[in-house]
Amino acid sequence: MPRLRFIKQGRAAWISHLDLMRVFQRAFKRAGLPLKHTQGFNPRPSVSIALPMSVGVSSRCELLDFDLEGMSLPCDEITRRLNDALIEGVEVIKTYELGQKVKYIGFLDCKVSMQYDGGVKCGAVEKIAELFARKELFVEKQGKNGTVLRDIIPMIRKISVSADGENQICIFARICCQEPSLNPAQLVVAVEKELEDLKPDSVSYERIEIYDREENLFQ
Amino acid sequence: MTELLKRILPTVQKPARYTGGEYNEIKKDLSQVRVRVAFCFPDTYEIGMSNVGMRILYGLMNEMEGVWCERVFTPWADMQQAMQQNDLPLWALESQSPVKDFDMVAFTIGYEMCYSNILSMLKMSGIPLRSSERKGLKNIVFAGGVCAFNPEPLAEFVDFFCLGEGEDIAREVVSLYDKAKAEDWTKEQYLLEVSKIPGVYVPSFYRHEYNEDGTLSAIVPLNGAPKVVTKRIVEDLDSAYWPTKMIVPSTEIVHDRANLEVFRGCIRGCRFCQAGFSCRPVRKKSPEVLYRQAVETLEHSGDNEITLSSLSTSDYRGLKELTDQLIPYCEQNHINLSVPSLRADNFSRELMEKLRSVRKTGLTFAPEAGTQRLRDVINKNLTEEEILTTCQNAFSGGWSSVKLYFMLGLPTETDEDVLGIAELVYKVIQTWKAYATNKKRGLRVHVSTSYFVPKPHTPFQWEKQISPEEYLRRCRLLKSHFYSHSIVYDYHGPDLSQLEAVFARGDRRLGKVLECATELGAKLDGWDEYFNYSYWYDAFQKCGIDPNFYTVRGYGEEEILPWDAIDVGVSKAFLLRERRRAYEGCVTPDCREGCAGCGANCLLKEVSCDA
Repeated sequence: MPRLRFIKQGRAAWISHLDLMRVFQRAFKRAGLPLKHTQGFNPRPSVSIALPMSVGVSSRCELLDFDLEGMSLPCDEITRRLNDALIEGVEVIKTYELGQKVKYIGFLDCKVSMQYDGGVKCGAVEKIAELFARKELFVEKQGKNGTVLRDIIPMIRKISVSADGENQICIFARICCQEPSLNPAQLVVAVEKELEDLKPDSVSYERIEIYDREENLFQ
Repeated sequence: MTELLKRILPTVQKPARYTGGEYNEIKKDLSQVRVRVAFCFPDTYEIGMSNVGMRILYGLMNEMEGVWCERVFTPWADMQQAMQQNDLPLWALESQSPVKDFDMVAFTIGYEMCYSNILSMLKMSGIPLRSSERKGLKNIVFAGGVCAFNPEPLAEFVDFFCLGEGEDIAREVVSLYDKAKAEDWTKEQYLLEVSKIPGVYVPSFYRHEYNEDGTLSAIVPLNGAPKVVTKRIVEDLDSAYWPTKMIVPSTEIVHDRANLEVFRGCIRGCRFCQAGFSCRPVRKKSPEVLYRQAVETLEHSGDNEITLSSLSTSDYRGLKELTDQLIPYCEQNHINLSVPSLRADNFSRELMEKLRSVRKTGLTFAPEAGTQRLRDVINKNLTEEEILTTCQNAFSGGWSSVKLYFMLGLPTETDEDVLGIAELVYKVIQTWKAYATNKKRGLRVHVSTSYFVPKPHTPFQWEKQISPEEYLRRCRLLKSHFYSHSIVYDYHGPDLSQLEAVFARGDRRLGKVLECATELGAKLDGWDEYFNYSYWYDAFQKCGIDPNFYTVRGYGEEEILPWDAIDVGVSKAFLLRERRRAYEGCVTPDCREGCAGCGANCLLKEVSCDA
């Protein structure tokens, strides 16, 4: 099955996972790229997006698997046609055959930008860095059976904290994203819980890159 | 997008409906734009984006050079609250500019229960509610849609109404505004000129006078306004504007598919139906044009479903020709073709079998009344035999669920008619027992009754609405006669339909009730989770207005009606004739069988009525 890598940003960041599949199904159709349909009484075009993302998160590294009906086109041609038919904020970077199996995805680099309207407090960066340097850090997670406390430290492979201008702190982290997976929002939950005075006024999230279980770039 | 909006979006449900940026959205360079139109739909994005009329007018106004039309929808309650807390004014999706910055603010109004949304949208925009409080040419508020056929409850708030189909009139009023703005006219000057455009109704140019009993004594035209304003129609649908490049929402909407209107008007004369009379005369569209537009629309949207819509698609003469062409195209391209509201005739049955989209789950009928006598009164020409034969075919073909829609409170209705519903349902169950091929799956009969609302411009426009208590009594009576476990019976509380009846036939004195209820908190009334009758009850009390005046009282045939200055083409003499026939239980054959002389053909100059 061919795969494409795409960006989702700007206004399009607010499109939900399910809606984004609809957006692609229609874009394929407009691009004159007929998708194979699932068998069954109510056939659906087969597209699947690798790691579902929360609404509002932007990404530079989304993956979508698809299957075209009875035609073989050069990958560059597919990329070009799709980009002509897509919406602002969603852009295909490249299309390729023979991607790795999605189950081998292991890690994700993400950027968490925390905005402080009154300016970043003195020592804040250090405090947050210390927080994530702890041996263990338990954070509440909403699960299917109520909330559970989980230690998030084993799920963080790398982390760096830095100030970005007067009003913003950025966390760059490499985190587990599949079995187990850590939602980047949990990093902020940890800050809010442990360092109450460093609660940000707003936060934005971005996915930067994905890796396999050996931390090699995932294709 | 502003930083503020970015902060609010994560806190509300379905943020994608507030961002714009969909495929085929129209953006213009503001330095080249002379007239900005904020096209407001007084309900949510999901409802508004499903409206074909809005799609047509959006495309059409944006094709005008120097004009930029943008979309505005009613925010959901969580967003309304966040906007209020953060002093964020209502914005248009395309440019994200505040609505207050627009030259013209247009509303399309299809349902009485969105009136409070109109006022709250103006309020959220920071635009004064009353027409008299908006002094300049900026923020001219105008409206159209079926509710404009009795616009009186909104008379104080809307500067002018466009009656009928909008294709031509929208261009005319916007072009006139363009001229007015360039020449720096006053608002009064613009209203005076716009009132000369056929189909434009400027409510402030009509003085309403009342008798002591509260009924109207006169409607006096002022400033040379016409005594009666006649609605506009498009005569030739083949050459009418059709937007093939339609916006493709990035989030799921109610009618998530392409929608093609196959003809306008209706040959059936169901006496309760406002659309059936107010959308006359019948005008056809040719199958060739429809096929071309269907293909172009689908290719520009990428939709995987298309609906052929109209008031009664089985009555479209070109249906066979169109579907013969369209079905192969759709099959080849994995597109579902759906043809809703088909009648139970032979061709429709064949067609249904050919359509892939028909799943063997449901079958829907709207007999509206339980006995043949009452169906004759309302001129709903659907017989028990037709219903049972169709059910028989469907059950033997594997269907196992039927939906039946009725109204309670129809003119001349007795308990016998109410119980006739139970009898008909019983016969449907018997038919299933006799013909079902797969009885293990069981049968579901969904029965739903609604509370009859008399509407303007119908033969029932003078009728009383039964009281809410009486409506509930009839619901309970019916319920007590449903014995089978296969029946699922739904009925709504009477409050919403009672209000709908008040506003459907209301006059301008209701403006203050509307304002008061909105002030008290009425919003999103069409949504069960937000509709709260107590706001309306309190508003009626505070304003000293008795809702019964508009409902259980009934209107006299000699009485001046609030919508008498508005002509939809169908004559009052015809409506009265039909009312008489209703009381006599006399059926009026459909227009194709014989012209009943409704008068709507007088609206046509170039072509004749295609009934």
